[in-house]
Amino acid sequence: MIIETTDLTKRYGHQTAVKDLCLKVEDGEIFGFLGPNGAGKTTTLLMLLGLTRPSAGAAAVCGLDPLRMAREVKRHVGYLPENVGFYGDMDAVQSLEYVADLNGIEVRAARKKIYELLELVGLQDHARKKTGAFSRGMKQRLGIAEVLMKDPKLLLLDEPTLGLDPEGAIQMIGLIEALNRSRRITVLLSSHNLSQVQRISHRVGIMIAGQLIAAGSVEDLARERFGLGDKVYTLEEVYLEYFQEA
Amino acid sequence: MHGLAAVYKKELQDQLSSYRFVILFALIAMVSFITSYMAAVHLRENLETLSATRFPFLMLFSTPGVMFSMIQFVAFFGPLIGIVSGFDAINRERSQGTLIKVIAQPVYRDAVINGKFLAGVTTVALMFTAILLVISGFGLAVVGVVPGVEEILRLFIYLVVSIFYIAFWLALSILFSILFKSMATSALASVALWIFLSFFVSLGAEVAADMLVPIDRKNESTPEEVLRHVHVQEAVSLFSPMVLYSNATATIIDPMRKTTRSFVLMGPLEELLSARFRNPLTLGQSLLIVLPHMLALVAITVICFAISYTIFMLQEVRT
Repeated sequence: MIIETTDLTKRYGHQTAVKDLCLKVEDGEIFGFLGPNGAGKTTTLLMLLGLTRPSAGAAAVCGLDPLRMAREVKRHVGYLPENVGFYGDMDAVQSLEYVADLNGIEVRAARKKIYELLELVGLQDHARKKTGAFSRGMKQRLGIAEVLMKDPKLLLLDEPTLGLDPEGAIQMIGLIEALNRSRRITVLLSSHNLSQVQRISHRVGIMIAGQLIAAGSVEDLARERFGLGDKVYTLEEVYLEYFQEA
Repeated sequence: MHGLAAVYKKELQDQLSSYRFVILFALIAMVSFITSYMAAVHLRENLETLSATRFPFLMLFSTPGVMFSMIQFVAFFGPLIGIVSGFDAINRERSQGTLIKVIAQPVYRDAVINGKFLAGVTTVALMFTAILLVISGFGLAVVGVVPGVEEILRLFIYLVVSIFYIAFWLALSILFSILFKSMATSALASVALWIFLSFFVSLGAEVAADMLVPIDRKNESTPEEVLRHVHVQEAVSLFSPMVLYSNATATIIDPMRKTTRSFVLMGPLEELLSARFRNPLTLGQSLLIVLPHMLALVAITVICFAISYTIFMLQEVRT
């Protein structure tokens, strides 16, 4: 278990953003984190990173408590926020250099790695272009390169395909799948792009109004909802079914 | 510590390569240069006749040229340097979505705010030291006087106090950049507070003194009343960092000043008498007079930064 939370709860005043969350993510899998906007997905990710203090409950990420060992956890976990930002006057290489510096990676080692990563995400031709001039898709890919800088065991990706054109979204999903296969990186991704999530996720979790109402493989969830049958349900059908019930 | 070093390095690069730094530097350098040129010309004329001047070199900074002296200029516009380098420190990162990215790296969160503050102070220190050195060199050439050890020491203390003074405003504007989401609001709030503390507090001090210890100008008030009036006025005006700073530096730069008070009760004969025996204070004595002022300046800087630090550490960062 690379992520395990027990009754994780976050309250803002009277509002409960996340309620008694028990989430388990296994080593090496891609876990799709689904749910409408404002369901508490981002809050959950922030708590897993130790950036937000839970009101109750506990979490273990890579076997560590993110609240006490935030820095250790962040050493192994890469987080790509929903609208990842860059310093507009830096170029791609400078951006990555700064991230390497923040991770305490030595300059010479960083140099080599930066160009490898740029090639991996397909930005090698834009290495010296200012990030201010990057398109949305390029920014997302640069964001992925940045989180890979620290050789993470776990990636938390918040809406990595949001606002990308269909081709860009397919490329991004392909990249995530490749990272999971070739580097054995566990991925927890939240997304609204259900067909893409279904394509790559081993398991999914559905979160509505702060509660995780279902978790498992798409087939399991379909069976639980529609009973045994020969019909193959898409994630979209399953999701809407759960959503209507809630 | 690598986090702090990384943020510091990046922020320093940003500061030094930004247009605002270049513009500010050019402006401050130009004004200081003109001011001390005026002072130098004035001084050179006087040096031939005035034999009593013991510290001609320091007068380069304390003699008003046309309108104001170098130290008055820094007292007025130094805060602007601090405000301009800090008003968007945190909220810019927040609005462009880079803050969350930085603190999601394996660094302590305080690396961000410490790095930014230290980089700002370094920038100010570099700027100020450069200007001071240029003016000194320039004065050397124009006036033709070599500064003594004590003068250099006094200048150094002046430099350190000035850096703290500007660092206070830097800390304050960083505080506003944490409190306000919008950069325009935090800039405006800093400038508003600057105007209030620098210009309105002294006005308020007069009003307060008039209200608490009214002086009747027609029916001859007693000397005690006049003194109390002045005390109240001085006490209230010390709320202004500008007054603190002006008092401290004026005494440090001008060894002839024996008190930070501007108001001295003295008859013309007594004044004439004392003028004959005016001797400069030693550096230690000067320091003793303004030690409370200097400590207060350091204290408000530290307090202001501590407040920003605490708020920043407790604030939730989502973008």
